[in-house]
Amino acid sequence: MTATISPLSEVTRSDAALRTFLHGLPGVDRVGADARAAGLGTRSIKTTAKAWAIDLAIRMVDLTTLEGSDTPGKVRALCAKARQPDPGDPNCPSVAAICVYPSMVPTAHEALRGSGIHLASVATAFPSGQAPLKVKLDDTRAAVAAGADEIDMVISRGAFLSGRYLEVFEEIVAIKEACGKAHLKVILETGELVTYDNVRRASWLAMLAGGDFIKTSTGKVAPAATLPVTLIMLEAVRDFLDTTGRKVGVKPAGGIRTTKDAIKYLVMVNEIAGDGWLDPDWFRFGASTLLNDLLMQRTKLATGHYSGPDYFTLD
Amino acid sequence: MPAKKKESADSVASATRVTAGGVAVAPRLAVRKTYKLFIGGAFPRSESGRTYVVADSKGQFVANAAQASRKDARDAVLAARAAFGKWSGATAYNKGQVIYRIAEMLEARRDEFAALEVPASEVDEAIDRLVWYAGWTDKLAQVVGGANPVAGPYFNISSPEPSGVVAVVAPSEPTLLGLVSVIAPAIATGNTVIVITDAPRVAITLAEVLATSDVPGGVVNILTGSAAEVAPWLASHSDVNGLDLTGLADAKLALELEQAAAETLKRVRRPAPAPDWSADPGLAPMTAYLETKTVWHPKGL
Repeated sequence: MTATISPLSEVTRSDAALRTFLHGLPGVDRVGADARAAGLGTRSIKTTAKAWAIDLAIRMVDLTTLEGSDTPGKVRALCAKARQPDPGDPNCPSVAAICVYPSMVPTAHEALRGSGIHLASVATAFPSGQAPLKVKLDDTRAAVAAGADEIDMVISRGAFLSGRYLEVFEEIVAIKEACGKAHLKVILETGELVTYDNVRRASWLAMLAGGDFIKTSTGKVAPAATLPVTLIMLEAVRDFLDTTGRKVGVKPAGGIRTTKDAIKYLVMVNEIAGDGWLDPDWFRFGASTLLNDLLMQRTKLATGHYSGPDYFTLD
Repeated sequence: MPAKKKESADSVASATRVTAGGVAVAPRLAVRKTYKLFIGGAFPRSESGRTYVVADSKGQFVANAAQASRKDARDAVLAARAAFGKWSGATAYNKGQVIYRIAEMLEARRDEFAALEVPASEVDEAIDRLVWYAGWTDKLAQVVGGANPVAGPYFNISSPEPSGVVAVVAPSEPTLLGLVSVIAPAIATGNTVIVITDAPRVAITLAEVLATSDVPGGVVNILTGSAAEVAPWLASHSDVNGLDLTGLADAKLALELEQAAAETLKRVRRPAPAPDWSADPGLAPMTAYLETKTVWHPKGL
């Protein structure tokens, strides 16, 4: 991306070097990013391409329930839905993963056994991230031990916004180590990062620290995922692959509710990052209500008439 | 801009007006109304961008009206579904007040309907019919529901409940009375409606009446255009609960719609022969989109 970068191993040597590197990243043209995202959102995807996109989007869904009121019963129901989203159509693909709180991981692990569906758990004092590092590490280890093979961590936005980049970096490195074999998704919580420049910096920071995925939001803060923010993150993973040879995935989460929105994201993935990312291993949707809309649209394409929410489970 | 300058710039203007002070000014630009759709309490253009020409009774161009597409129908179903919970949960007394308010607003806008060549007698009938249905909202439950005698220590009570979203094809004639006669019974019982009509000027003027009458957005949605194009999408839509074909003259289309509606077990109303719209409608238009809920409650001995 930039010719000014010293070898990447050098930039994390000290807080000053990291700051120099992150602030040396080119600034984001906010108006340009908004316009580009809006422009890509106008593409018309119809008929067979739409059917393909809907099936791909279903395969990319991280079916999520992150409520204080979650019960084992609700999680089991969600797992059943993840295995077979549309009971009326055995050809309907299953989703990529289930995403739950750590306390629900044992239940979900049991319910997903043998399905090949990944089990993601949020950890590190989600959603605020305001806890001592030791607590975050224990939270992560407990989730992995209970069977989670993907960990969604939150960065310390407070530390990031006050410029303590190395602290955030080291925290991610420590969590990554605690994850062991589990994949690490780093939630940037872009709604709290204020500027697009910060989104780009946080993306690079998370990737440098070893994150396997960068994720927009917790879903607990508005605005959650937006097209321009995801565009910036897609640019970041593309450039990171060019620079380092390591491929990182992207997960927009929160606020994506309709098939139309999902297809806009897929168009953007294809145009910005490339079709190498059009795969559930490299792009995910963190969503709950989106799945029902995808299923309704899928039914519409298959039967020729509009479907209704009464025909699909609520959660 | 000075009047003189404007006049010279607009050389096409044939007639000039003269103000009280004797200064000649160019004729005022006509402010013509665009007849759009009525969905969710708003007046959007058709998603398809299509319009069609509306002529008056002498065949003269009067307006362009929006021509609804299947996606407008889909949007209308979403709006009607979203509005259903609150409207069906409103008290019967409140629904009656709102429908009476429509009658009041219609009364106040008589001149607009006169300008659209709706006879004054038809406007009278439409207003009276609204008042009639407004009165029925809190009485229907006693007539079609009630306490049932059962052989056991239970209270057994039946109460009518609205079906949900009702798609309606409005009759071509009479325009205003026809629209009111199909909309009012459905909303009086707590349903929300999507009306397809080929009388855009009267229908959208009625929509303006509804929009100023405390009718929550989405309770009545009006699509102007072709029933043959839009109605099949509503008849087969899984999230529509009822279909009123009383106003549809095309028997072949009506049969196809009935068949499509059977797929999702919709309540379909298609009385034969077509009713005399001026006659007393009776209770049938209201009871068509009601379902009876029966509750058993132990009395205790």
